[in-house]
Amino acid sequence: MDNVIEVNNLVKNFDVSKGFFSRNKTIVKAVDGISFSIPKGESLGLVGQSGCGKTTTARALCLLDPKTSGDVKFYNPEADEMQNLDNLNDDQVKQFRRNTQMIFQDPYESLNPRWTIKDIILEPLNIHNIGSLENRTEAVVEILKTVGLTPPENYLPRYPHELSGGQRQRVSIARSLIMNPKFVICDEPTSMLDVSIRISIMDLMLDLAKDLQVSYLYITHDLAVARYMCNRIAVMFNGKIVEIAKTEDLLSNPIHPYTKRLISSIPVPDPKYTREKYEINFDELDEIISNNTENLPMVDVGNEHFVATHDVKDLLI
Amino acid sequence: MSKDILVVDNLNMHYETLEGKVMAVNNVTFSVKEGESFGLVGESGCGKSSVASTLLQLQSDNAVISSGSIKLDEKELVGMTESELRKVRWNDISIVFQGAMNAWNPVIKIGEQIREAIREHYPSNSKKENTEKISELFKIVGLEDSIMDRYPHELSGGMKQRAVIALALSCDPKIVIADEPTTALDVVIQDQILKEIKKVQELLGLSLIYISHDIAVIAEMTDNMAVMYAGSIVEKGPTASIFSNPRHAYTRLLLESTPSVVGEKKKLRALDGEPPSLINGLDACAFSPRCPDPSDDCKNGNLEMKLIEIEDGHWADQCCVNCG
Ligand SMILES: Nc1ncnc2c1ncn2[C@@H]1O[C@H](COP(=O)(O)OP(=O)(O)OP(=O)(O)O)[C@@H](O)[C@H]1O
Ligand SMILES: Nc1ncnc2c1ncn2[C@@H]1O[C@H](COP(=O)(O)OP(=O)(O)O)[C@@H](O)[C@H]1O
Ligand code: SF4
Ligand SMILES: [Mg+2]
Ligand SMILES: [Mg+2]
Repeated sequence: MDNVIEVNNLVKNFDVSKGFFSRNKTIVKAVDGISFSIPKGESLGLVGQSGCGKTTTARALCLLDPKTSGDVKFYNPEADEMQNLDNLNDDQVKQFRRNTQMIFQDPYESLNPRWTIKDIILEPLNIHNIGSLENRTEAVVEILKTVGLTPPENYLPRYPHELSGGQRQRVSIARSLIMNPKFVICDEPTSMLDVSIRISIMDLMLDLAKDLQVSYLYITHDLAVARYMCNRIAVMFNGKIVEIAKTEDLLSNPIHPYTKRLISSIPVPDPKYTREKYEINFDELDEIISNNTENLPMVDVGNEHFVATHDVKDLLI
Repeated sequence: MSKDILVVDNLNMHYETLEGKVMAVNNVTFSVKEGESFGLVGESGCGKSSVASTLLQLQSDNAVISSGSIKLDEKELVGMTESELRKVRWNDISIVFQGAMNAWNPVIKIGEQIREAIREHYPSNSKKENTEKISELFKIVGLEDSIMDRYPHELSGGMKQRAVIALALSCDPKIVIADEPTTALDVVIQDQILKEIKKVQELLGLSLIYISHDIAVIAEMTDNMAVMYAGSIVEKGPTASIFSNPRHAYTRLLLESTPSVVGEKKKLRALDGEPPSLINGLDACAFSPRCPDPSDDCKNGNLEMKLIEIEDGHWADQCCVNCG
């Protein structure tokens, strides 16, 4: 299968030792040896509770922060081949940055408040020196239409603070899509938005994925949102992926206790429905998963459904 | 039948601003019984927090209550003097403010801050008595006693929010308002806090007003609910009945735009456009610009907005009921 990204044993540690000369190094293993790949045109959800390492993963994959170790290969459409992020020359780094974009949680923080919408969306074209000035402006107008900010003339001269949260998020989507990327990493792109606006942004992203053949790594702590957006879901706990499967399979047949706990914690919009209570002891779980010095193998339970364990029987706690 | 503890009748409140009057609470009428859990749902800016602060008479300085009544245990709160109100607040009615978990004083230990609140209302209590009281409350909300000696920054978001709930319970109120108490929290922590609130409510026989923009949380937490749009209640009634038979177009859209992890995967419906500005009020149905199927009457503003009872205790805007 052709993939847009292949991640092998990605590790990202933070040194949080107090004091410059401290003897004992304290390391936070924010991402602790995760592996996954995303086929072209498909989207993978990365879910898990706060602090489990989702954003750290995203930042390492985008080269915003250096990874500690592991292999990341991405599909470079300009060379039509998989390339290892460690061995890119300067041109290839530029190609990587063109073809891999990121959308952040807070559209306000990620947009320069002193720039107009036009300049914000133009920036990537300017940096990569794509097209003539006239072509660039045309491209900005087109992309504003694509993300539903019409008529574009109304938005071009405005500043981010003059837009609503939903409109700002449309601007960040426009900015990331203007480069025609094949892979977009989205970190909670709708969690700051009201429910009603959330759906139109999610629908927009789904339409764009289909029309432009974009793949997403879609980060969220809300499994219901991941279900709406993704073909497959990877569940992360304490820096590790504990289960990965096709979306409906994961939801109807979760195997890992943490996945079960996560599913059972999502409120259901139906007063007649009583959620199954699934309690687990997080410390115990932590011990099983994190204190394994070797990474647990991912066991295939069929239907491309993988669980991190030596033996599925170990998980029946 | 248990009796009404809170009766809100035709409440109108606006904010005076340079741009004009922001009509945040318009003709709001509802009541809450002893032991009942009542939900208030609607999108950001629709007036939920404004209702909440008005119920405690803690609205901001530029707020004006132009008419209406709030009766708590048959006592009228609108127009009460500050010293009378002080006896009612926290003792009879208390609130978990939106974002309260980030409002702890950073330089005072959590236990001391709660003790201070109790001291104000029970000046004759000894320090030991108050500490025992806090310990009891902490047990209820799932915190260990040692948390009393910690500073706010030493606690996780979930722990800070539990402590806020303990604070709200500290003067034995009859009714507690919880304004988006889990909105900033992670799903797993949210789940734990929701369970805690339910447990506390049942254990103490409290009435609860639960405010959220998340219809799924309202479905799980409440017996009765009201849907707010642009400062008005557009539909209210038993939660089960509103979910099974939503009558207002806005309620329907809210229900159809919420993803779920159970059941068939559904195409969700987007709600385009934005809520109206509340400045200087509205004539026609406030939802008409975003409504998928407005009738001519709606668009012309021929029908005034008024709730009518469509089945037992289930009320909706007459205009919408006649349209759909
Ligand atoms: N710059 C940093 N320095 C030190 N530790 C960090 C840094 N960034 C993240 N961490 C730690 O790494 C872990 C993972 O954090 P990360 O931000 O990736 O979580 P997340 O899954 O995105 O959480 P959330 O859902 O809250 O956004 C946490 O323990 C966090 O405290
Ligand atoms: N102190 C204030 N002065 C002026 N307008 C305010 C004030 N507080 C809230 N508002 C406005 O009142 C409306 C309702 O706000 P709020 O009650 O906070 O809504 P919600 O809690 O449903 O998000 C909004 O239009 C908001 O901007
Ligand atoms: S009253 Fe009319 S315009 Fe308003 S929500 Fe109902 S159907 Fe739509
Ligand atoms: Mg994050
Ligand atoms: Mg509010």
